[in-house]
Amino acid sequence: MTSIEAHVLQPYKYGFVTDIESESVPPGLSEDVIRLISAKKGEPEWMLEWRLKAYRHWLTMTEPTWANVKYGPIDYQAISYYAAPKQRPKVESLDQVDPKLLETFEKLGIPIAEQKRLAGVAVDAVFDSVSVATTFRAELAKFGVIFCPISEAIREHPDLVRQYLGTVVPTNDNFFAALNSAVFTDGSFAYIPKGVRCPLELSTYFRINASSTGQFERTLIIAEEGSHVSYLEGCSAPTRDENQLHAAVVELVALDNAQIKYSTIQNWYPGDEEGKGGIYNFVTKRGACRGRNSKISWTQVETGSAITWKYPGCLLQGDGSIGEFYSVAVTNHRQQADTGTKMIHIGKNTKSTIVSKGISAGHGQNTYRGLVKIMKGAEGARNYSQCDSMLIGDQCGAHTFPYIDVRNSSAIMEHEASTSKIGEDQIFYCKQRGLSAEDAVSMIVNGFCKEVFKELPMEFAVEAQNLLGISLEGSVG
Amino acid sequence: MTDRLLLEIKDLHASVEGKEILRGVSLQVRSGEVHAVMGPNGSGKSTLAQVLAGHPAYTVTGGSVRYDGKDLLELDPEERAREGVFLAFQYPVSIRGITNSYFLRSAVNAIRKHKGEPELDPLDFLQVLEDKLKAIGWDDSLMNRAVNEGFSGGEKKRNEILQLAVLEPRLAILDETDSGLDIDALKTVAEAVNMLRSPQRSFVVVTHYQRLLNYIVPDYVHVLAEGRIVKSGGKELALTLEEKGYDWVKPEGAAVS
Repeated sequence: MTSIEAHVLQPYKYGFVTDIESESVPPGLSEDVIRLISAKKGEPEWMLEWRLKAYRHWLTMTEPTWANVKYGPIDYQAISYYAAPKQRPKVESLDQVDPKLLETFEKLGIPIAEQKRLAGVAVDAVFDSVSVATTFRAELAKFGVIFCPISEAIREHPDLVRQYLGTVVPTNDNFFAALNSAVFTDGSFAYIPKGVRCPLELSTYFRINASSTGQFERTLIIAEEGSHVSYLEGCSAPTRDENQLHAAVVELVALDNAQIKYSTIQNWYPGDEEGKGGIYNFVTKRGACRGRNSKISWTQVETGSAITWKYPGCLLQGDGSIGEFYSVAVTNHRQQADTGTKMIHIGKNTKSTIVSKGISAGHGQNTYRGLVKIMKGAEGARNYSQCDSMLIGDQCGAHTFPYIDVRNSSAIMEHEASTSKIGEDQIFYCKQRGLSAEDAVSMIVNGFCKEVFKELPMEFAVEAQNLLGISLEGSVG
Repeated sequence: MTDRLLLEIKDLHASVEGKEILRGVSLQVRSGEVHAVMGPNGSGKSTLAQVLAGHPAYTVTGGSVRYDGKDLLELDPEERAREGVFLAFQYPVSIRGITNSYFLRSAVNAIRKHKGEPELDPLDFLQVLEDKLKAIGWDDSLMNRAVNEGFSGGEKKRNEILQLAVLEPRLAILDETDSGLDIDALKTVAEAVNMLRSPQRSFVVVTHYQRLLNYIVPDYVHVLAEGRIVKSGGKELALTLEEKGYDWVKPEGAAVS
């Protein structure tokens, strides 16, 4: 291992387990299990039917194998599809939340107790299959903003959920989306009414704790005409030898002139140095820019998971709508990531920007896979794509698969790509100016990721900094 | 000029990838002196510069280097830098996304921290930077660009000298700072270096051509051939070399590649 790698390959800091009594359904997947989940959530009949339909379709599907990742077969009957802390606290009052849960989230840097919670950020804290607390709900309600666990939204706001759920990512979209539709347990729901600029950052923190379970969360965000919202998502899991499946679906809907900014810091347990354990992160995220001049922006910093399979995309339906994707994906040790985006230009004068930064170290394999599709009617569409890869050490790999499908000749497409390597010469140059090797690596990685980090909200920029062990001082502000 | 000995190299041997390049270099540099080290390609000039700065690719196989009373070879490259050893690189690397100004401030603060001085915040640093630029008569056009990214050859060399000006080393080693510069750029760089000469600062100027020494006039000139200093003298030696070529000082029976 080179001195450079030593500074990058840091141990996972969030691998602890919370010792809490939990209730889970036995491993296995069947219609009965789905009925059980639905019953536990107190769901209306239509929701159960929706799930069962998805499940029946899933049974006819096969797991995708086209991604540039390798893993053994997943036994879907060996997974428990529901786990929750016992004596589920009443979310109406944060004082009643189990202190162990409060402590867990505090340890993760997500304090949710009244007196400690982050200013300016409303947090929905999801622990295994349930949301355990959502902060600032009353404050948000004053603005008409709904921010709650999706299980609650299904009960309390069924019309909104029914109108939008599955309209961006249909239940039969792909294998993992179908599975999620059948068994999803919790996640967040946000609704921003017409003309409202959401006064707080909305945030969900997902924590896997129980073993032998999968986490299947579902998030739905609706931004009405002229509204703005910034949503942050974080996650982590204990250090375990087993692989755990996380298959989420996120759907965003932006109406006329609405803007959604969705940021993710993905820090699931990545497995150990030999590649044992770690989360399989198989996620479908998509936003629909339905309205004119609407905008959806995805920013992701992917540092965790044994395997990442994730392509947050935008359907640019409204004329003049804008889709953005800014990504930093880090693969260390034996991690594998196949990630990128899909930008589908449907409306006229639609615009998309893709900036992808892949960093590979150790034996990590990092693949960018992106599709830019300009439909026939998308007159005047523009895309700019930039894919940069950085290699640290000589055992890792970087791969780029850009797919471009243009069906309207007025489109303007730009694509740039680069591959670079942190070299001893770069480190030596920094050292010769008095910087330590650690600061030098930080600076070089930081500079490489700058275009993405500057898109992150401040609260998350700091977390990204901690995650990559790097100083953000030079790249923010 | 003081008599204080700043750098004392004794019988220095160094190799790269098992091949011996320096074969017994000895050199003494006092505070405030400017020493030129000249020599044909492959003579070991750049190796000497890199070894003094502590490049990991070179292995010191014998001899000693004392700097300001310390064993220089015992220090890590970053410690040498913080103690005031500066190398102006022949081929400076670029660092994407990091502005020159941020890079330099980090370097200044690493050095200040080492000296037990308070670190400079961005505003304080800006003031320091402006003063330094003014002193050497340059503008700040390079400061907000990423470190050496997309710089022309001349800009890179200027940037090295600018860093020298801001970091205020006691020993500045210039490794072929003249290479790739046209005459105007050479003059600009040399004038800045001359302004940075002081009784507290010594220079080791490594160069292939005498041309640079018309502008940076050295106190001493040494000729390096096959890893040894084969001739030393005053500034006139450079002119003699220019006239007679390196064959004139070639060691007995040796082939200069």
